[in-house]
Amino acid sequence: MSPALRTSAGLIFAFLYLPLLALIAFSLNASPSTVWQGFSLRWYGELFADEQILSATGNSILIAFASTVLSTAAGTLCAYGLWKRRSGWLMNTLYLSLVTPEIVMGVALLAFYQAIFRFLDIRLGMHTVILAHVSFCLSYVVLVVLARLRTMDATLEEAAMDLGATEWQAFHRVTLPALYPAIAAAALLAFTTSFDDYVITSLVAGVDSETLPMVIYAKARRAISPSVNALCAIIVVSIGTLVLLAQRLERR
Amino acid sequence: MKLRRLFLAPSWAILATLFLAPLAVVLAYSFLTRGTYGGIASPFTIESYRRLADSLYLSIVSRSFVVASAVTILCVPLAFPLALFLSRCGKYKLLFLNLVMLPFWTSLLVRTYAWMFLLRDTGLINTTLLSLGLIDRPLPLLYNDGAVMVGLVYSYLPFMVLPIYATLERIEPTLLEAAADLGERPWGAIWRVLVPLSRPGILAGAVLVFIPSLGSYLTPDLLGGGKSILIGNVIQNQFTSARDWPFGAALSLALMAIVLGLLLLANSRRKGDLV
Repeated sequence: MSPALRTSAGLIFAFLYLPLLALIAFSLNASPSTVWQGFSLRWYGELFADEQILSATGNSILIAFASTVLSTAAGTLCAYGLWKRRSGWLMNTLYLSLVTPEIVMGVALLAFYQAIFRFLDIRLGMHTVILAHVSFCLSYVVLVVLARLRTMDATLEEAAMDLGATEWQAFHRVTLPALYPAIAAAALLAFTTSFDDYVITSLVAGVDSETLPMVIYAKARRAISPSVNALCAIIVVSIGTLVLLAQRLERR
Repeated sequence: MKLRRLFLAPSWAILATLFLAPLAVVLAYSFLTRGTYGGIASPFTIESYRRLADSLYLSIVSRSFVVASAVTILCVPLAFPLALFLSRCGKYKLLFLNLVMLPFWTSLLVRTYAWMFLLRDTGLINTTLLSLGLIDRPLPLLYNDGAVMVGLVYSYLPFMVLPIYATLERIEPTLLEAAADLGERPWGAIWRVLVPLSRPGILAGAVLVFIPSLGSYLTPDLLGGGKSILIGNVIQNQFTSARDWPFGAALSLALMAIVLGLLLLANSRRKGDLV
């Protein structure tokens, strides 16, 4: 490999990582300005004293957890159902939901919820956010699990059934165990996607369901606040760890 | 296969109620009229679609196309060297691939905020330049088209890298040796052999970058600060402060139609390339 290629790749990696690294570095700055004045953890301390951030974190984790469980369960079954016989309609709908701009999906869900609320006495809240997240996490789960299924040998199930297993037993005892790493990877990706979403969430959230990205957005629009840097640093590091874990699981 | 149909049922239920039905509601709303208090009223009309041709909105749509095209074009020279590097880095390939994908999976909001932190008047770039004495007042880096484009390139670059990398992986290494034997210099071989052969990857990447850029909302909202408005921001505005849902609905469907049209076009082109 030529040195020129190595240098340019290095520069592009720097472009990808320096903004995040600078953000993390300055979350450890003693001064609230962007001039380095020594190491301090004071902004992290401020975070843990902030009621709004703590309750938003709780909401975000609850929403991400619930939508991950629901979308992973439905998505895994769906991928299995699509494995041996494709369903063009379902596949196309999944792709359509993947390419729909987030803002369109958000306003569509908002309009849909408002239309239903005319007939039912429900309001926007945690449940509407969770359902919205299930909807956009589903296609990621299906694609990750389906990618793993495509590398698997379909004759294993046939062998199991020849030996007397029912369709359900073949799924449950033969295919499903081999899918666990892929399912775990899909669940981690669903969790991070849900945890990170701002656009759709902000449109369908109610008064009791403010999430962490909504708090960051509100603070980002105001003046620079180093505690937002600290919050972002925590998110980058923890979500980054989850993603690396997912990538390892996907390749196992 | 009864089991199979049973297994597909939950996903069908989710997609039908939480994706297709909302789109149907948007379609219905787009033909209604704005109510007095911002709700929707019943007279059936195509007024919202007629308003799409308004010069104000046409200029926003064309601006969105210009910004998304510029972002796509900027991504190519950044992505190509990275993809070439990935295709040649041997046993560390997986590590570097993960490094390319990692920022993509971390929060779009956080990544956008990182650029606000860099570009603000009191941000890292301006304070550094000021303290070095290179400038005497902060440069207006944030809240303009340039900032929006940097943010979009930053967000969607991995979408350009991966398809180019995939095509480069399939190119026979002996082709480059042949080019060298025939007297081509290394850069000439890259420019005249690798770049043309990786055209399908570049095209696929262009679609993957252009579509989310065109429909982006968060990046122009935060980095453009109301001064660089794209289609997504107008849609959001119609459903929130302007409270003109029928027009917002028509605009959403227009955006969907553009996205689908582009995907179909790209698909037919790809098939054409294979023949």
